[in-house]
Amino acid sequence: MEPTDIIKAQLMDARDMQRTLQRMARQLVEMFALDETGGADFGLIGMQTRGVHLARRIQAIIQKVDGIDVPLGVLDATMYRDDFRMRMKQPVVRETVIDFDIRKKHLVLVDDVLFTGRTVRAGLDALMDMGRPASVHFLVIVDRGLRELPVKADFVGRTIPTLPGEEVRVRVRECDDMEGVWLVAYPETT
Amino acid sequence: MENGASDIPQELAHRHLLGLADYSEGELQLILETARRFRDVLDRPIRRVPTLRGVTVVNLFFEASTRTRISFELAEKRLSADTVNFSASGSSVSKGETLKDTARNIEAMKIDMVVIRHASAGAPSFLTRCVDSVVINAGDGAHEHPTQGLLDALTISDRFDSFKGLNVSIIGDIMHSRVARSNMHALTTLGANVTLCGPRSLLPMDLEKVVHSGRVRVTTRLEEALEGCDVAMALRIQMERQGRNLFPSVREYHELFGIRRSHLDHYKDLLIMHPGPVNRGVELATDVVDHERALILNQVTNGVAVRMAALYLLSGSREEA
Repeated sequence: MEPTDIIKAQLMDARDMQRTLQRMARQLVEMFALDETGGADFGLIGMQTRGVHLARRIQAIIQKVDGIDVPLGVLDATMYRDDFRMRMKQPVVRETVIDFDIRKKHLVLVDDVLFTGRTVRAGLDALMDMGRPASVHFLVIVDRGLRELPVKADFVGRTIPTLPGEEVRVRVRECDDMEGVWLVAYPETT
Repeated sequence: MENGASDIPQELAHRHLLGLADYSEGELQLILETARRFRDVLDRPIRRVPTLRGVTVVNLFFEASTRTRISFELAEKRLSADTVNFSASGSSVSKGETLKDTARNIEAMKIDMVVIRHASAGAPSFLTRCVDSVVINAGDGAHEHPTQGLLDALTISDRFDSFKGLNVSIIGDIMHSRVARSNMHALTTLGANVTLCGPRSLLPMDLEKVVHSGRVRVTTRLEEALEGCDVAMALRIQMERQGRNLFPSVREYHELFGIRRSHLDHYKDLLIMHPGPVNRGVELATDVVDHERALILNQVTNGVAVRMAALYLLSGSREEA
C-alpha cells in the first residue's frame, strides 16, 4: 500500500488470487489449444512490474498442470506512455526482456489492473515496434472500469466498478510484503 | 552491475546537467541504469521510441565537434524529439551576437532543452540564468564533459560488478581535459580510485588535495599508473596545442606515456579506454587501439544510450511540463 492509502475493502485474498490465476490458466490452455508444442506459436508477456509476477504464476500453473512450457517475456512500456507532458517526474524505465521472436505468435499481455486503458495502449505500441505478432490478447486480474480509450480485456479475474479517486491495489508476494487485492481511497495529489 | 539496487532514487535532484561534480552516487546510478534500458532499444529492429515526442531540443555547438554532436543528435532522434542544430560558424555569432542573445532568441522560438558545447568553462551554467530551458553541458572549456564521464562509467560498469575499489588511471593532458574532470568526479563518487598520470607540465598542481581526498592520486610515471590498474583511460593529445611547448615532442610523449602492446602483455587484465578521436601511435600504439581489450567502440555505443537517459530524465524538469 502507499502511505496515503485509506483501505476501503479487501477484494481478494491470496487464495482468491490463486484460484483466479488457475482459472485463467485453464482458459488460456483451452483458447489457444496449447499442447506439448504450445510454446511454438504462443507467448506470455508480463507488463512491468506486477504483471510480470502474475504472468510467471500463470506460466508455472500451465507447466505444473499441463506439463507445457510456454515462453514468457517482460515488457516495460514507459517509453511509450502518453502522459509524458503532464507529469513533472519521469517514471523509472524498467527492463524489457523478450528473448523469443514475437513475429507470428499469439501473445497474451498480462497486467494487474485495467483502468484507463492507456498502459495497454502503450504496451501494444511497444510490442508492435518489436515485430508483428499473429494476435495480441489481454489478461488482467482486475478490471476497474473508467476507461479513457476503446480497450477491453479478453481474460478478466474480477470486474469491479470503481469511482474516480479510488485505486485498486494488487499486491503480490514476489515484490510486496503482502498478497491480495484491495480497494483504497487515494487522496488526489496534484 | 548493481541491477535494481534499492538505494537508487526514482528521479534526479538536478534540473540541469552542467557537470558531475555535484551529482550524487544515487543520481549517477539512476542515469546508468536508465541508460542500460535505452541501450536495449538500440538493439531492436526499430531503434526508436516515441518518449520525447513533442519536445524540442536545440544543439548549440559553439566549438567544433563531430562525435559528441552526432551522438546527441542520434539520441534525440531515437527518442523522437524535434531537433534544431546550431553551429557557431556561419551563424549570427560570427556577426557578433552574444551567447545570451543567441540563446534568448532561440528560446523565443519555443524550445524545451538546450545542449551546449562552448570553449569557455561556465558557459552552460551562465545559460541557465538566461533561459528557462533545461541545459545539458556537452563540454565547456576545460571544466566538464558530463555525458562523456557517464558513458565512460557505463562502459566500465559493463565489465565489473561494482565500482567499489576499482582502480582507474587517466593518462595524458589532464590540465586541459574536461573529460578527465568529469571522469574523476563520477568515478570517485561511485567508489573507484582514480590515478591521474601525465607530464608534470600537463598536471594541475595539487589536484589530489583539492578533490575527493584519498580517492585521487597523481603520478608522472606511466608504470606507476598501470600497476594494479583495472582500466587505463588515455586522453587525446591535442595537437593543436603543440605549439605551446608543454612537452618536448609527440614521439617522446609516446615513449613515456603512450600505451603499447608490451603493456597489455604485461598487465593481463588491463582494459583500455579513450574518448576519441585517437592519435594512433601517440596516446595508444596502433595495435593497442585494435586490441580486444580496447573498449573504444563500446564507449561510442554507450554514448548514445547515456545521452538518451540524460535527455529522458531531465526532460521531466521542464518548466511548463
